[in-house]
Amino acid sequence: MNGAANGAVDEYLIVVALLLVTVSATAAALTRDPVRQAVLLAMLGLSLAVLFTLLQAPDVALSQLAVGTAVTPLLILLTVRKVRRAPGPRNGRDRRGDGARR
Amino acid sequence: MTILPFLAAGWIFLAGVHGMVTSRNAIHAVGCLAVAQSSTYVLLLAVGFRRGGTAPYFSDTSLRTRVVDPVVQALALTDVVVGATVTALLLGLAMQVRKRHGTVDPDALTGLKG
Amino acid sequence: MSRTARIRLFWAAAVVFAVAYAAACTGLPRFGTLAHPYATRAVAAALHQRTANVVSSVNFDQRAFDTLGEESILFAAVLGTIVLLRHARDERTGRPRPGRVLPSTRLLGMVLLPVTLLTGVYIVAHGQLSPGGGFQGGVILATGLHLAYVAADYRVLKRIRPLAFLDAADAAGAGAFAALGLAGLVAGGAYLQNVLPLGTFGQLSSGGLVPVVNAAVGVEVGAGVIVLLAFFLDQAVEVRSPEEHGTGGGG
Repeated sequence: MNGAANGAVDEYLIVVALLLVTVSATAAALTRDPVRQAVLLAMLGLSLAVLFTLLQAPDVALSQLAVGTAVTPLLILLTVRKVRRAPGPRNGRDRRGDGARR
Repeated sequence: MTILPFLAAGWIFLAGVHGMVTSRNAIHAVGCLAVAQSSTYVLLLAVGFRRGGTAPYFSDTSLRTRVVDPVVQALALTDVVVGATVTALLLGLAMQVRKRHGTVDPDALTGLKG
Repeated sequence: MSRTARIRLFWAAAVVFAVAYAAACTGLPRFGTLAHPYATRAVAAALHQRTANVVSSVNFDQRAFDTLGEESILFAAVLGTIVLLRHARDERTGRPRPGRVLPSTRLLGMVLLPVTLLTGVYIVAHGQLSPGGGFQGGVILATGLHLAYVAADYRVLKRIRPLAFLDAADAAGAGAFAALGLAGLVAGGAYLQNVLPLGTFGQLSSGGLVPVVNAAVGVEVGAGVIVLLAFFLDQAVEVRSPEEHGTGGGG
């Protein structure tokens, strides 16, 4: 169906998307702050969705888009919010991120 | 190009595991697990790709169209969604650890506590 | 194990893995190879079962038993999270303050909410024909509902989210998948065998068991993700641990 030239363009796009995925995955793994990591994970999810579309897998791209860019980062952000708000018995009153919403 | 996608998947896996091993925060470790997990999707879909193939649907295309491998797509598809719920379970565990021990640093957890 | 020992162990293992993995990659068929024996067989089987979306056919017909296992993991994970995040005896619930939302955001949310929910239902229902199915459609339904949180506030979200019903729907969806497999046994075939009438290729009713199982999975995934997010939102927005009121006491 695709001509030879068309296929070559597709392959360049796949390489670009692959680089994007690799870079955002490395950045997400190297970031130490969970909040920043959640943002990078959303970017990783988005670039994975692009890569999967180029690899002719729209089904997987669709679920990766919904899960990777919305659900997983949201769960991480909610956990961070909960963990930073409640002061622990040992760490004393670590009140970072408390003034954000009160 | 011939093995580049496979090597990229290996790199992403190692980056995720490195993040988990060096992590000082359980929430951060769960995020790194998600990174390591995404490497399996890249590997599976790269293995299933067929040059010049289209997506495996025959709604409006001829039945003789060359398509990519649907089996690996089915494997990756279910795992994306199931993986998200497992991530939620691990984050719930992190919340409980914080509640009981007052920290999310895995190295600060020493021994079992009642 | 100390931190430095663990990191050294990781680097040793990483070097071994990298070398062995790279060597294995050179032995794989090249990227984009034309020879895909499983693809050929899966496509032939899907066309034989008159299912236009081959991925759905693999998931819900050819490998339905495997998907039943995956779906059980999903159910168990949701159940485990609910057990972990239920309220402890010493926790108190605070009332979240209503937030202020820009009128344009509210309008956009109110327009998008029904559109997104409709898209989710469409994607679940057309899983046997076009890209989509229970897993993706369920997640889209669940995330679409949370537009209400963005556009209005937490109390509005709580009002349009019948949690007790969704808990039951999650379990019913998981159970329905397992129960539908019995149809094959009743008809004298194997468990999860596709014995329903296959219909006309390309029609909404084609594929036999596929659209039915799809719907069950859609209900389970949608309800499960909404319940998960509900428990996380509850912990992050409402629950106050006792120390936060200055009453002291260990956690």
